[in-house]
Amino acid sequence: MTARFKHKAVVLSIVLLALLLPFIIQNDYFFHIMTLSFIWMIGVYGLNLIAGYTGYLSLAHAGFFAIGAYSLGILTVKFEIHYWLAFFLACAITCIIGLVIGLVALQTKEHFFAIYTLCVGYIIYLVIDKWESLTGGVRGLIGIPVPPDLGPISFRSPVSQYYFNLFFLLAAIFMMYRIVHSLTGRTLIAIRNSEELAQTIGISTMKNKLVSFVLSTFFAALSGILYASFIRFIGPDISYITMTFDFLIFLLVGGIGTLSGPIVGTLLIVWISQQLQFLQDYRMLIFGPLLTLLIIFYPKGIVGGIFSWKMKMQEKKKRLSMSAKSATQRAEEG
Amino acid sequence: MFLETRQLTKQFGGLVAVDHVNFSVEKGKINAIIGPNGAGKSTFFNLISGFYPPSSGQVMFKGQDITRLPPNKIAKLGIARTFQTTHLFEQANVLDNVLIGFRLRTKSNLIDALFLTKRLKREEEQSKEKAFEVLKFVGLTNMENKIVANISQEEKKRVAIALALATEPEIIFLDEPAAGINPEETEGLANLIEKIVQHNITVCLIEHKMKMVMNLAHKIMVLNHGKKIAEGTPEEIQNNETVIKAYLGGSAIA
Repeated sequence: MTARFKHKAVVLSIVLLALLLPFIIQNDYFFHIMTLSFIWMIGVYGLNLIAGYTGYLSLAHAGFFAIGAYSLGILTVKFEIHYWLAFFLACAITCIIGLVIGLVALQTKEHFFAIYTLCVGYIIYLVIDKWESLTGGVRGLIGIPVPPDLGPISFRSPVSQYYFNLFFLLAAIFMMYRIVHSLTGRTLIAIRNSEELAQTIGISTMKNKLVSFVLSTFFAALSGILYASFIRFIGPDISYITMTFDFLIFLLVGGIGTLSGPIVGTLLIVWISQQLQFLQDYRMLIFGPLLTLLIIFYPKGIVGGIFSWKMKMQEKKKRLSMSAKSATQRAEEG
Repeated sequence: MFLETRQLTKQFGGLVAVDHVNFSVEKGKINAIIGPNGAGKSTFFNLISGFYPPSSGQVMFKGQDITRLPPNKIAKLGIARTFQTTHLFEQANVLDNVLIGFRLRTKSNLIDALFLTKRLKREEEQSKEKAFEVLKFVGLTNMENKIVANISQEEKKRVAIALALATEPEIIFLDEPAAGINPEETEGLANLIEKIVQHNITVCLIEHKMKMVMNLAHKIMVLNHGKKIAEGTPEEIQNNETVIKAYLGGSAIA
């Protein structure tokens, strides 16, 4: 009970810190990077649900991110639909496409699923890149609107954008928390652990995998939509494979299959990348080996590493107190 | 008939793993399937639990044809099974592993999860109660917080059985429950199996440990090269020449 209380206190103070940050630091560049990180995190949570909790590594994630972003862009710029309606429609469109792709992709398993979704991701990229009349091709889409004013609140300043995206991030985390800690989450984890065993104890694996996959595309879409209305320009590169791998690196570094992993990983990698900007693409020479070492020694990322370290310490403490107890007992008896 | 197979056959390419097997499980008894390695025992289990579609033949359960049902639907009808290797989630604790066993009797979905409905809370409570109940049943009280990776092989076997029991089955298929554990532990497991039957759950098991099977089973079927070569009480099987031949090799009898 106390551990739970402590946990709650930590979470609450981090949320408070995120809320108060604009009062502490007043720097537009900082807000820009933080807001972008928040947006990535939502996408990473989607990947975490399907890859981390369900055990299906989807490499089409950037594709769904882009479908969300482009749906919003096309609906608002070309069809001039109201922002919030477009927002809703973009989510729905991505989920429907996710459902159709999921129905086919989830017939495969493990590596084959990863390869299949990799191909799907590339096809989405090609469609966006080549279908110029709809997507603007390589020129992309310009002038995507920011969210309309909500009464007195306008979403034009960096600070308001920061809060706007923080709100969606908190909502996404809350959703993930509820899902992971429910019977639905346990069901997904059971599938990740052993699909065979899950089926034997009466779980419809296909249905649950599909729910997880569609939900992951929903998070990707949400992330893409927010990205589009934050940067206000989108090009086909956001659907490219490298974007998927960015999401994946954020997740792996932070901790796949953990709730706080996406936050830790995204913040860390984004800020390190910013600090190493002068190295340009040679950054990868540093990231590559570091990532390899991390996966070897901490397969569950930084958060997973901390957890297992904590558990070890607890075991040690228990053993110590036990041996201390038996020592005093022996002393008393003696 | 409680559960029976009719002319059940499974071919893998040219190999006939299970060959026209007629077998009926006696309700409320311990049924055993024995046979040399590669006789098709596990395949037979996989056919009944729906993991492989049979090449021909039928599986009937309480008068219903379950031959082509997927494993999860078969489980819902009240047929549980364990595997030779336990398949448990090693990084999680015992309770978390067993809790999910009751999932098939619950209805909560994603919406319940997102809105933390009363139904979800109630069903989570039920799952927990069920988990504690079956853990107590298999003799693992006070073990619920132990990480599975840190418990003994025998305890893992008990957890696997607890998980199967949490699905509230009418019949449970155990695939080599005593493999890889020592004689004393084997006896403990035999007691557990008897306890299961006393609680009105039919047992059907595959086992290599002859002594255990002969002491435990009420009815035995012997498979060899996919064919049923004998069926009967332990005494009948022990004195059956075909069985002795199959186990000891052709000329040993003479």
